[in-house]
Amino acid sequence: MNSIPLEEAIAGRLGWSGSLRYWLASARAWIFLIVLVVGFEVWAHFAYHTSFVLNPFNAQSIAVFAVGPLLLALGQTFVVISGGIDLSVGFTMGFAAVVFSKILNLTRDSLGESGSLIVAATVALAASAIPGLINGLLIARLRIPPFIGTLGMYGVARGIAYLLAGGTTVPISNSIVSFVGNGTFLGIPMTVLITIVLTAGMMYLLSQSRFGQHTYAIGGNRQASLRAGINVSRNTVALYILSALTAGIGGILYSARFSAGAAQAGEPLLLDSIAAVVIGGASLFGGSGTITGTIIGALIIAIIQYGLVFVNVEPFWQFVAVGIVIIISVLVDQTQKQLSGARLDE
Amino acid sequence: MSETPILKVQGVSKRFGGVHALENVSLELYPGEVLALAGDNGAGKSTLIKIISGVLHPDEGTIWYSGSEVTFENPQKAREHGIETIYQDLALADNLDVGANVFLGREPLKRVLGFPVLDRKQMRTQAAGALRVLDIQIHRFDLPIRSLSGGQRQAVAIGRAIHWKAKILIMDEPTAALGVPEQRKVIALIKSLKQSGVGVIFISHNLVDIFAVSDRIVVLRRGVKAGERISTDTSSDEIVRLMVGG
Repeated sequence: MNSIPLEEAIAGRLGWSGSLRYWLASARAWIFLIVLVVGFEVWAHFAYHTSFVLNPFNAQSIAVFAVGPLLLALGQTFVVISGGIDLSVGFTMGFAAVVFSKILNLTRDSLGESGSLIVAATVALAASAIPGLINGLLIARLRIPPFIGTLGMYGVARGIAYLLAGGTTVPISNSIVSFVGNGTFLGIPMTVLITIVLTAGMMYLLSQSRFGQHTYAIGGNRQASLRAGINVSRNTVALYILSALTAGIGGILYSARFSAGAAQAGEPLLLDSIAAVVIGGASLFGGSGTITGTIIGALIIAIIQYGLVFVNVEPFWQFVAVGIVIIISVLVDQTQKQLSGARLDE
Repeated sequence: MSETPILKVQGVSKRFGGVHALENVSLELYPGEVLALAGDNGAGKSTLIKIISGVLHPDEGTIWYSGSEVTFENPQKAREHGIETIYQDLALADNLDVGANVFLGREPLKRVLGFPVLDRKQMRTQAAGALRVLDIQIHRFDLPIRSLSGGQRQAVAIGRAIHWKAKILIMDEPTAALGVPEQRKVIALIKSLKQSGVGVIFISHNLVDIFAVSDRIVVLRRGVKAGERISTDTSSDEIVRLMVGG
C-alpha cells in the first residue's frame, strides 16, 4: 500500500528512455516554443544579420498576431478541459464583429462615439452569448455530442453573420474604436493589453475558482461530478457561453483593428484556437490543460505565422504548419496518456 | 440493539415497466452495525441502495431515518442526512488530487485581496486528516489520484464519506476490483467505521468478505427478501441456498 511519487514510479517502471519521453511530452509546449524561436533567430542572423525576437517591431507584431488565436483559445481551453470542443468559435467571432459594426453605425448619430461604442459592444457580447447558450443547452440537456452540436452552430452562426452583413464587410468609423484597435499605451498595443487583462481573469477563473475546479472534475469524471452534487448541466452551459463570449470579444477587437466587421473574421482562427489549446498541453480527452499552456500555444502559432512572413515563405504554409503541429501535439498527448495511465503501485 | 434504527426501510416496492425490481422489501440498520446485502445478479440489490440513496423513488413503501419518515428527492437530500454511497467505480476524478476529490463539489474558499480563491491547503490538510483516521498511507497529496493503487483510491472514497460525517455508508462491491492484500485492508476499514458508530450497508458477492465483516445478512432474490440472518448464526451454505432458492 505504499505509494510512490508519480515521477519516480514512472522512472522506475519505464526506465531511462520512458521517463525522458514522459518529460518531453509534459514539456512539449515549451520545447516547441524554444525550437521555433531559436530557429527563426538563427535564420534572422544569417539571412538579415539582425535579431528576430529582440527586435521590438517583431515582438510587437507577434503579440498582435497572438491576440486572435489566444482570445478564442481562452474559452476553448475551458471547453476542452471539460471534455468538449467548440467548433463554432470562429463564426461566433465573425457574427459578433458584424453585429458590433452594424450597431456602431446605427447608433453613431444618436449616441455619439463613446455612447455608440458602449451600446455596440454590449449588444455584440450579448449576441455572441446566444450561440454559446444554444451550444450549451444542446450538449448539456439534450446530450448532443459537442463535436456535432457546435459543428451545427458553426453553420448557423456563419450563415447569420453573412446574412446580417449582406454578404460583404461592414466598415466603421469611430476614433475611440480605432484607438482600441490600433493605438498603443506605454508602447503596448491596446488589443494586446486588453487580451492580457482578459487572460489574467481567465487564469484566475480556471485555477482558483470553484467553476474552474468543476470544469476539471467534469472532464475527469462526469459521473463522479454529478454524484458529488456539481450542477454539471449548468456548468456545461456556462462553459460554452464563456467560449462564445471570448470569441465575441475577439470579434469586437477584430472590427476595431481593421475598422470593419466581417463574417469571415474568425474563419482561420478555429483551427488556431484548437491548436493553441492542444499544443499548450490540454488533452482532447478532457481533464487537463492550463491557461499558461494555452498562452504558449497561441504564441507558438503567432510565431509560426509571423515567422513565415518574416522569412518570406508563401503565407499559406502557415496552415500546413499549424495543422502539422496540432497532429504532433495530439500524438504526443496520447503517448503521455499511455505512459501515465498505467497503475503505478503495489 | 434496543435503540431506534438509524435507517428503516418498510415495505418498499419498485417496478420498471412490468418488471418487479423490488417487492415489499423491509430492512433495518442500527448505528455501528454492518449489514450485508447479498443476492444474485438482478436480485434487486442495486435498486434498493439507489432508493435508499435518493437516486430512485419507491413506488410503494416508506423510508425512516432515525425514527422519522423521510423522502429523498435526490442524492443530495440523502447526503444531507448523512447517507453517503460509494459505488463500485468509486466516483473519483482521476485527474484531481486527494484533497480535491474529498472536497469535490464542496470546495472551501478563502479570500486573497478580496477575491474568493480555492483553499487547496485546507483541502489537503483535512483530506490527510480524514485518511489518517483510516490508517491509510498516502505520501503525496498533490498528485492526481490516478497514481494511487485500488485500495488507496477506495480509501479516498471512504475518507470522503467520513469527512462529510456519514452516518450511513452504503458500499457497492467495495472489494470486487482489488487484490487480496487490499481487500483485507478494506475489510479492516469497514471494521473501523463500525467502531466509530457508522452504519454500513455492504453489498457483496463474496461470502468470505460478508462473513468477515457483517453483523447481519439480508438476502434478496428476484426482488423479494428471501431471508435475514445474524451472521454468527448462519453458514455460507444457508446464505447460498437463500440466494439461489430451493
